[in-house]
Amino acid sequence: MKYVIVGYSVAAVNAITAIRESDKTGEITVISNEDQLYSRPLISYYLAGKLKKDKIGFTSKDFEKDMKITVLYGAEAVKIETKSRHVELNNKKKLPYDRLLVCTGGSPIKIPVDGLKDGLKGVFTFTKLADAKELEKYIEKNKLKEAVILGGGLIGMKAAEALLGKKMKFKILDIADRLLANTFDKEASALLEDRLKANGCEFIKETTIKKVIAKAGKIDEITLSSGKKLKAKLLIMAVGVRPEISLVKGTAITAGRGIVTDSRMETNVPGVFSAGDCAEGLEFLSGKGAVIAIWPTAAKQGRVAGHNMAGVRDEFAGSFAMNSVEILGVPSISFGITNPKEDGYEVLKKSADGKYKKIVIKDNKLVGVILVNCIERAGIYGLLIKEKLDVFGLKKELLTDDFGFLLLPTDFRKHFVTGEGTEV
Amino acid sequence: MKRIEINEEYCLGCRLCEVHCVTAHSKSKDIIKTFKSEGFKPLTDSCIAFEKCGYTTFALQCRHCHDAPCIEACLTSAMYRDKEATVLHDKDKCVGCWMCIMVCPFGVIKPDFKNKRVASKCDLCGDRETPACVEHCPNEAIKLKK
Repeated sequence: MKYVIVGYSVAAVNAITAIRESDKTGEITVISNEDQLYSRPLISYYLAGKLKKDKIGFTSKDFEKDMKITVLYGAEAVKIETKSRHVELNNKKKLPYDRLLVCTGGSPIKIPVDGLKDGLKGVFTFTKLADAKELEKYIEKNKLKEAVILGGGLIGMKAAEALLGKKMKFKILDIADRLLANTFDKEASALLEDRLKANGCEFIKETTIKKVIAKAGKIDEITLSSGKKLKAKLLIMAVGVRPEISLVKGTAITAGRGIVTDSRMETNVPGVFSAGDCAEGLEFLSGKGAVIAIWPTAAKQGRVAGHNMAGVRDEFAGSFAMNSVEILGVPSISFGITNPKEDGYEVLKKSADGKYKKIVIKDNKLVGVILVNCIERAGIYGLLIKEKLDVFGLKKELLTDDFGFLLLPTDFRKHFVTGEGTEV
Repeated sequence: MKRIEINEEYCLGCRLCEVHCVTAHSKSKDIIKTFKSEGFKPLTDSCIAFEKCGYTTFALQCRHCHDAPCIEACLTSAMYRDKEATVLHDKDKCVGCWMCIMVCPFGVIKPDFKNKRVASKCDLCGDRETPACVEHCPNEAIKLKK
């Protein structure tokens, strides 16, 4: 059996491990456009100087040897031929496959801004290790102490974490009226904004960049949508990430926002699988396919894909959005639908002493949670969402500080905690 | 693999499991030195999530899940499974991203916000045949199942 995997990050690593559980001899070739395997979310820790250079990986040192795989680093897959079953590389080499996994991840969204040209110095994206390394060099070379971050979403916040680690000050701009607009509400955002302000940083809401002004090939000033001008020697573009699906365009493989997969993570083309940030898998709360670009989902989908590629049936049970962000010592975790737009949702809130808890319920089932500064037993909320526990009689308990298993119905608790069947 | 069974009906809420858990993970392994000179706190530094509600109490440790979500979610592979199938945590690799806290369905991984890493997580007491919490439970509310 010949396996080809395009993209080499968490989905690929989990798929490889899963394949090797049953198929010890099949030939596995991985195409990576990077020069090393590393954990992408760690780039903010790397830039902040909280990580030693050799600690950016997330597998054992001998992973590639132990798994008997060939990794083509610095290679680019340019074409998939689903009929003759091969992948073409940028050096014209053709790799035949019996099973193919496309896990190409995401790439940063670029928005057109007046005056912003490719090659303009001082403008960076922040998703890859190379971005972090170049940023580090640029900051040191130009002795920068300030920056502007466009986008207050996850990547913007990651960039913010990194810059804070470098003791830099920055202004974050976002078109929304709050930070982490996809998951946070105004109250949650305010807790972070306060901390940012106290540290000499600023969040400018409902604002984007209208124009970039360069001086000697370097970014120097930006004009905001409000008309205000801002000195900016460093601009981080963190508008968002979209699934990297250019490889499957023009092939028989169906893609919407991401590559469409079934419960086995197989695409509409037999033998071709997809997983991770480029794939549309089952979204648990809606029951529909969606791209859920988070690490744990990529890991799970990779595993499921790997099992099925090796002929061992496995199904992806679905996942929902969740994330963990810490800014300036304020940890936060969110799950599911946190800002319901339609009717039919019940929202409970509690806010005291810099802590904030928001619970979103639909049809007596928990569907969303925001926890700021009170993340200690967050995972139990995730369990309640996953298990669709009826929380009709539990609403008050969900908001308490000592929320835990004892506040849950005895049957439910015992099933999970005591005696048999405790493992998930 | 060792597995700890919990019987909440027998739990007296004495919290000796926590005291002995911390002692077993201290340098001296001596109950007096652990709390006097090593600076540990018996009720917060253990690997046990103790819960109390009215007269019901129980002590919950890592279940060492078969499909451990914490291992899958870990950004650095600080969370890993050893040959005995025990889920362990390597503090040196941990960066404190709290992904494990987010996905642990039992809420038994404790964060150390100050040092930005997981503070404690049950390791089933490594080489010790019977985990300290089990050994010292006076009422068999936590029992070892092999």
